[in-house]
Amino acid sequence: MIDVSKIRKDFPILHREVNGKPLVYFDNAATSQTPQQVIDVIVDYYQNYNANIHRGVHALSQEATDKYEQARITIQKHFNIAKSHEVIFTSGTTHSINMVANGFTALLSAGDEIIVSALEHHSNIVPWQMLCERTGAILKVIPMNQEGELVMDVYKELLSSKTKLVFCNHVSNALGTVNPVEVIIQEAHKVGAAVLIDGAQAAPHIKADLQALDVDFYTVSAHKVCGPTGAGMLYGKEEWLNKLPPYQGGGEMIAEVTFEKTTYADLPHKFEAGTPNICGGIAFGAALDYMNTIGFNAIASYENELLEYATEKLLSIDGLKIYGTSKNKTSVISFNIDSLHPYDIGSILDKLGIAVRTGHHCAQPIMEFYKIPGTVRASFSFYNTKEEVDVLVAGVERARNMLL
Amino acid sequence: MTIEAIQEEIIDEFSMFDDWMQRYEYMIDLGKSLPLIEEEFKTEDHIIKGCQSKVWVHAKLQEDKLVFTADSDAIITKGIIAILIRVFSNQKPQNIIDANTNFIDEIGLKEHLSPTRANGLVSMIKQLKLYAIAYQTQLN
Repeated sequence: MIDVSKIRKDFPILHREVNGKPLVYFDNAATSQTPQQVIDVIVDYYQNYNANIHRGVHALSQEATDKYEQARITIQKHFNIAKSHEVIFTSGTTHSINMVANGFTALLSAGDEIIVSALEHHSNIVPWQMLCERTGAILKVIPMNQEGELVMDVYKELLSSKTKLVFCNHVSNALGTVNPVEVIIQEAHKVGAAVLIDGAQAAPHIKADLQALDVDFYTVSAHKVCGPTGAGMLYGKEEWLNKLPPYQGGGEMIAEVTFEKTTYADLPHKFEAGTPNICGGIAFGAALDYMNTIGFNAIASYENELLEYATEKLLSIDGLKIYGTSKNKTSVISFNIDSLHPYDIGSILDKLGIAVRTGHHCAQPIMEFYKIPGTVRASFSFYNTKEEVDVLVAGVERARNMLL
Repeated sequence: MTIEAIQEEIIDEFSMFDDWMQRYEYMIDLGKSLPLIEEEFKTEDHIIKGCQSKVWVHAKLQEDKLVFTADSDAIITKGIIAILIRVFSNQKPQNIIDANTNFIDEIGLKEHLSPTRANGLVSMIKQLKLYAIAYQTQLN
């Protein structure tokens, strides 16, 4: 069970006002808020042991290195990853995906195929298009249905011996659909293709067991799980990470350098060139610790309660239509009212202190599918309340009355 | 009327509103008014793509003055366009080039003209000025 009033005390930002109204923060799918426990870790780093890692012999450097590597192990355990060096620290999901897309340049030939899903964020489409341009590989798309679910029969037909890589998000950012990644991975492996699952939207709601999933690559951004921006991870199976060439050249990623030849460092350092976001990595670990003390089962069941409550209330508003109606979705509601523009609704909600996302959510192909300019998206977290949902519903009704 | 005089007039009108609700209701009423652009100009050639809402702009020279028509798919954006058209349309190109848009801050709609809002309005003002520069060159 979640004690939401106790949890809310952990988040200083939830107590501020916006436009003279108490903040109602429903843009959690864009970024989550940061609890005091994580803020304290960030402050502690800069106040007490800020130093560059992995190279100094002095005490501060050692302390920072230990904390950073401890965070790697926290992340490893959280996602049940076999080896800690399979956790690569990155600046976030976009960085992680680009590392894999870049690495596959060396592994693909013209005529090879990459499959992506129709539910992707732009950051998940563009790197693969660029990869195809570089290699002559062909991009295939798993289509979606009206409920916002992937059409798995078509996916199975798309797979063949030409398929080298399958890419799909675990949870859709625009609609909240939880994709059947287990089946996607199993089927891809039958034809020998590697699978990269983007876990950015799943990580705040679902504690993924990456060994059980048998996924080849998995990506997460710290700022979606109560951590800071600019930090994230790329998980890769050791065999795959060894096959991929390094992404960037620089310090830390080398074993030996002469002007004739450089030999690369072992994993994970091969992919961690330069001084990393040390504080961000440590705070990422602290953020997962924080969420685990609340517990992912409790989080999922509470968020589902909020989702059901908000869905019912919002649907009672005349003309309101929800996009993404899969039975299996996270606490995200994407909606429109009649032909009202999401920008207008979002602008009025903002005046009422309610933060939602409006627009195409960097997923224009999905908006194209529904023939809409965008949606209003409210996304709920474990620190939100039913009372806040009531404020949203009243705000949407008010916006509707003003605009219609 | 000069651009400055129209801006003063708008500031006066908005000063009568007590709160944001009234300002927004006024904007929405403006936005709901008849299309501000002829359908034939609502094409890709005349579109300014904001991330959030679309804006169409068309300009033509009547004698020595520039006449603008514009539209948007979002009502609040359209309401602001109606105000901008009132200020900038039917003015000499050089006066449009020289004019500023500080009055938007004074009528409490600043946030809609933030470059990061991505609703197409900042690009629209830039486009109005570019039209003015182009036609001014033509007049010279």
